[in-house]
Amino acid sequence: MDGFIHQIVSGIASGGIYASVALALVMIYQATHHVNFAQGEMAMFSTYIALTLIQAGVPYWAAFCITVPVSFVIGALIQRVVMEPLAKAPVLASVGVFIGLLLTFNSVAGWIFTYTLKPFPSPFGEGKPLFGGFVSRHELGSTAVTLVVLLSIWAFFRFTKLGLAMRAAAYNPVSSRLVGVPVNKMLALGWGLAASIGAIAGMMVAPVIFLDPNMMAGVLLYAFAGALLGGITNPLGAVVGGFIVGIIENLGGAYVVGTELKLTTALFIIVVVLTVKPAGLFGKTLVSRV
Amino acid sequence: MNLITSRYFPWVFLVAVAVLPLMFASDYKLFQFTMVVVYAIAVLGLNLLTGYNGQVSLGNGAFYAIGAYVTAIMMDKWDIPYWATIPFSAVICAGVGFLIGLPALRLGGMYLALTTFALAVATPQLLKYKLFDDYTGGVQGIVINKPDAPFGLPLNPDQWLYLFALTVGAILFILATNLVRGRIGRAMRAIRDQPLAAEAMGIDIAMFKTRTFALSAMFTGIAGSLGAITIQFVAPDAFGVPLSLTFFVGMVVGGGASIGGAIMGALFIQFIPNIADEISKAAPGAVYGLILIAFMFLLPGGLASLIRILKRKPA
Repeated sequence: MDGFIHQIVSGIASGGIYASVALALVMIYQATHHVNFAQGEMAMFSTYIALTLIQAGVPYWAAFCITVPVSFVIGALIQRVVMEPLAKAPVLASVGVFIGLLLTFNSVAGWIFTYTLKPFPSPFGEGKPLFGGFVSRHELGSTAVTLVVLLSIWAFFRFTKLGLAMRAAAYNPVSSRLVGVPVNKMLALGWGLAASIGAIAGMMVAPVIFLDPNMMAGVLLYAFAGALLGGITNPLGAVVGGFIVGIIENLGGAYVVGTELKLTTALFIIVVVLTVKPAGLFGKTLVSRV
Repeated sequence: MNLITSRYFPWVFLVAVAVLPLMFASDYKLFQFTMVVVYAIAVLGLNLLTGYNGQVSLGNGAFYAIGAYVTAIMMDKWDIPYWATIPFSAVICAGVGFLIGLPALRLGGMYLALTTFALAVATPQLLKYKLFDDYTGGVQGIVINKPDAPFGLPLNPDQWLYLFALTVGAILFILATNLVRGRIGRAMRAIRDQPLAAEAMGIDIAMFKTRTFALSAMFTGIAGSLGAITIQFVAPDAFGVPLSLTFFVGMVVGGGASIGGAIMGALFIQFIPNIADEISKAAPGAVYGLILIAFMFLLPGGLASLIRILKRKPA
């Protein structure tokens, strides 16, 4: 029983990270109907920036506060320079560019920072597990950070004028442009936000799985699975889906398929959701007019 | 009719160029050219699916892996001659491709890319899985022997293997060329460009899409078999995401919906990383990435379209 509770708790902790990346994916999907394959690699790159700062002697939270805006700028720049000209291009072109970005980030990171596994510090200390040994400090801390991020994103979209404009631009670009919303700027902002969320997720997951250029491949896959499970058209659904996938992954890994097939679990979830209920648990069923 | 202006000239020329390495290249160069043939078949397989039929696959490496493993297991466990394994791997891969094509029917564009990407990520894990250990050799993989030239031909194993791959490749290329020129090819392209109109014209979209998947898997699987025989070794980690993305890069660079593009793409993925590798271990990835982006912007039709553009211009 104790083991079971422990698996659930670590499932929630990793689920929070999948939820963040899933949210980043959904934000870009809503605005452009593209799934950003490079989201994970961008997060990995940001995490390396944070590590470089920390190794240069910058305190953890200061490095954190520098990395997030830097990632924001990188994300927004990519949208402006690379994605915007291809907004109307066929699927193959966007997939090609995303894969290109993925490969570039991956190898540039390998080039600059080498492919060796690097430990990444946790800001929450190493100390004893809390609450009767069920929760490690890092699990608790990273879940808290994730929740704060998710809540503030929600508040941003719900209560600010800018958030409203971004939602409008994603929902109906043509009408938004007519009422004066700078749609392209909103898209760049969305990319920046997505990159920042990814950066935070990367910094939270790196102490657990160690930092290397390929660390986000698995995380990205689980985030995809979470986003699809919750409904890729629904940010809240994607977050819930991320948590569910985290729990399924941990329980499945512990009791059903073993750790060797963990990634296959993600593939399985993706295929099942897409074939059985393509809209996800909370998503809108898309009806296209012909 | 003059030989140069004949429409068969490019193919005659190609065969002549393809046979040249047999006489002049060193064994290692020959090995590289054999791999070019292997990649060309795999890229052609992906091209049929993505270029001609518009189903974006980032997971064709999985079919390559299945083909490679079918050949390796049959040679290693049951001592079946290498050439006899190829029909088996073709049939098995076509079957698997057909089955994967069924759920793919329900996934449009981006979702299919995503699902096949997940397939590519999961492939090495599945190959390592304990239950199949007895057959696949787990993480260790399987070592197989290089075949000798039959009938006492005066060729060393590398030369024979190149000739063998070239023959298989030539047959597959002729098959694919005839296929895309005919009714089926037109249907495939119609589904890619205007699914609605295609359906209204009486094309059975589901049937064509799943069979194209099977066909693509078959081509890629045969490439996998040839690749396994050439490298004489299969191991799970060789068949991960990078392999699938390599095929994708080859297809984009060579040019989607182009038979000749598959050959140019294969030359690119075989030789450019080697050149880039001399700069840094990480450079091939960066070269792939930047070239992919550059092609999407500047030459979305790949190298094949460049040739078409140059031809059109008056001299």
